[in-house]
Amino acid sequence: MELWYTEQHTKNVRFSIKVDKPLYSGQSEFQRIDVFNSHEFGNVFTLDGLMMVTEKDEFIYHDMIVHVPMATNSKIKKVLVIGAGDGGTVRELTRYNTIEHIDMVEIDKMVVDVCREYLPQTACKLDDPRVRLYFEDGLRFVRSKENAYDLIIVDSTDPFGPGEGLFTREFYGNCFKALLDDGILVNQHESPYYVEYAKSMQRAHKRIKEFFPVCRVYQAHIPTYPSGHWLFGFASKKYNPLTDIDEQAWNSLGLKTKYYNTDIHKGCFALPNYVKELLVNAEE
Amino acid sequence: MVIERGAFMHLHRQDKAPIYEALERYKSMRVVPFDVPGHKQGRGNPELTEFLGQKCLSVDVNSMKPLDNLVHPVSVIKEAEELAADAFGAQHAFFMVNGTTAAVQAMIMSVCKQGDKIIMPRNVHRSAINALIISGAIPVYVNPGVNKLLGIPLGMSVAEVKNAIEENPDAKAIFVNNPTYYGVCSDLRSITELAHLHNMCVLVDEAHGTHFYFGENMPVSAMAAGADMAAVSMHKTGGSLTQSSFLLKSSRLTTGHVRQTINLTQTTSGSYLLLSSLDISRRNLAMEGKNIFKKVSSLANYAREEINKIGGYYAFSKELINGDSVFDFDHTKLSVYTRDIGLAGIEVYDILRDDYGIQIELGDIGNILAIISVGDRELALERLVSSLSEIKRLYTKDKAGMLDHEYINPNVVMTPQQAFYSDQHTVAIKESIGYVCGEFVMSYPPGIPILAPGERITKEIIDYITYSKAKGCFLTGTEDMAVENIKIVEES
Repeated sequence: MELWYTEQHTKNVRFSIKVDKPLYSGQSEFQRIDVFNSHEFGNVFTLDGLMMVTEKDEFIYHDMIVHVPMATNSKIKKVLVIGAGDGGTVRELTRYNTIEHIDMVEIDKMVVDVCREYLPQTACKLDDPRVRLYFEDGLRFVRSKENAYDLIIVDSTDPFGPGEGLFTREFYGNCFKALLDDGILVNQHESPYYVEYAKSMQRAHKRIKEFFPVCRVYQAHIPTYPSGHWLFGFASKKYNPLTDIDEQAWNSLGLKTKYYNTDIHKGCFALPNYVKELLVNAEE
Repeated sequence: MVIERGAFMHLHRQDKAPIYEALERYKSMRVVPFDVPGHKQGRGNPELTEFLGQKCLSVDVNSMKPLDNLVHPVSVIKEAEELAADAFGAQHAFFMVNGTTAAVQAMIMSVCKQGDKIIMPRNVHRSAINALIISGAIPVYVNPGVNKLLGIPLGMSVAEVKNAIEENPDAKAIFVNNPTYYGVCSDLRSITELAHLHNMCVLVDEAHGTHFYFGENMPVSAMAAGADMAAVSMHKTGGSLTQSSFLLKSSRLTTGHVRQTINLTQTTSGSYLLLSSLDISRRNLAMEGKNIFKKVSSLANYAREEINKIGGYYAFSKELINGDSVFDFDHTKLSVYTRDIGLAGIEVYDILRDDYGIQIELGDIGNILAIISVGDRELALERLVSSLSEIKRLYTKDKAGMLDHEYINPNVVMTPQQAFYSDQHTVAIKESIGYVCGEFVMSYPPGIPILAPGERITKEIIDYITYSKAKGCFLTGTEDMAVENIKIVEES
């Protein structure tokens, strides 16, 4: 018997992983949650059938969503993480002793419960004393915050389903309000490659650009995400990720990372021409 | 006798949906159609079939014996009507496919002939005044009063109704808007009692009140209050397709007479898409309505609390109740007063749509209104609330110079019918002061006329029209599509 997990990347493209054994299936108030084990990627976690995290390649995503802003401003103390129920983003953040407080807002408590049980690799730091978990809509949470955070990381699902509100103008505007005067907003920015993803990417870029004076996009290669070519948004009220990075300071922290390094930091903002073009078109 | 809502509903029968079931049987019979409609279950119009879906086109069919006939129902439509009547606590329920507009007109035309008087508030929907043009009935307007802060018209005060009855003892009917667009309810029970005492019928435009029949802790419904007829827009908050509606009646009027009146203007090709949507929605509300509207209520209350927390906005509700012109309030309506942030409701309405991709029901000079219904989700409400918070942060203006809207007492010179059929000519609106208006001018939505045929045009009215236009209200009603000119009655 062969068991395969298949994600439909477009109407005409499929991506499959051979399943060794299913570990969990459940339906929360918001979405279907599945975890299975595979030889190739270890434990794999999906929401509504869409790939979220695999044990084998999660380091790329979590390195890039956390270390880029942290190396740009070494004085970050208060962080808000939205989504990120698997815990990987918080795990990376807790490696910085300089961070004093992390609020994590995940709409779906069941996601966190399932990840604690089946993905200890990413969920291992959710009980760090600096971390406070909130189970509510990120849009609602951020609405009431003003001048409160140095960094907001939006580690969301795609903009269809419960993540929809996290790609809207009202969300980015409220994030702007919730950030301090030198605050940074980093978000998972979808993929430029397939048309549907590229549209979400353009929309997000256009909306963020309306609020933040610094608005850059950087990339990483994530094998299990559609097309493998994934983008992140870096928006800030003050810091430029390329000129404000203090390489020496970050390297002297001695953090061991599997993907991120300060050369990648400088290189990841260099984008292919077609992506640049998409971004320029989005701004018009 | 006061009939409590749902007291006689036979739940064990309400799980049936005779029209829907007949359509399912029809489909399974695989009938070869040599009748209209000519698309023949979609085959003749592939593009439309692709767009709407084969399932939809396959039941877009004509009346036939197994599916009954809306004009003269004897089988499945009759059964569906009986079930609907049972669900709404009415003596009879008519399925309407020409909108609630047709239901309102049928109500008025069933009780008013040429020259008969009908007592009504001026803030009725245009469909009611249209019915006066067709029937030749004479309106006796009751000033609904205005909430000064919000600028919204209120309900009918019992004392005002009493006065109108005493001054017009020959009136045939009293027409009540219940609830108003904004959710204001009148004292329907007392008005009905008073009307019946004077042998007048009570007709209720209950377009926005479907949920009163199914939810708990709702204002009293027209049928429960003893009214004689009610027009209920099932499609507004009940989940059926746009244009489908119910006309309910109690025992004072005969079913046959009302049906004959409906058939004067209603199509003879009643759409089975609309009919089945009414049937299925009635079943859904009868079975699940209590839970559905409990959720709707809690969503609306939650949104109100959150919006009021933002500051600058005022999402109003039951605190407006004053025992008279606001006898009760429909808390499922999410009405928000916006002028304290220096924006007209219509401006907030436009920003929500253009900048945030959120379409709400209406914006007027001072308020916006969002409809919360059977189909709403928490996540969408969070977007609305967060967008309002952003609009306040980004767009707040000085509120000086904003127009304060007062109720403008209409000066009715002739009946709507007389005016409509008089010789008329066109003048520029800004030069029309003093003339008698020959047509309608209104913002849409809500579709409540600023001017109706037969009313004297004043400077105040023109100022209001100009201001509404400048703020971006969508004005309609005039023959002139640009609403620059107006037709006036040639007075001899």
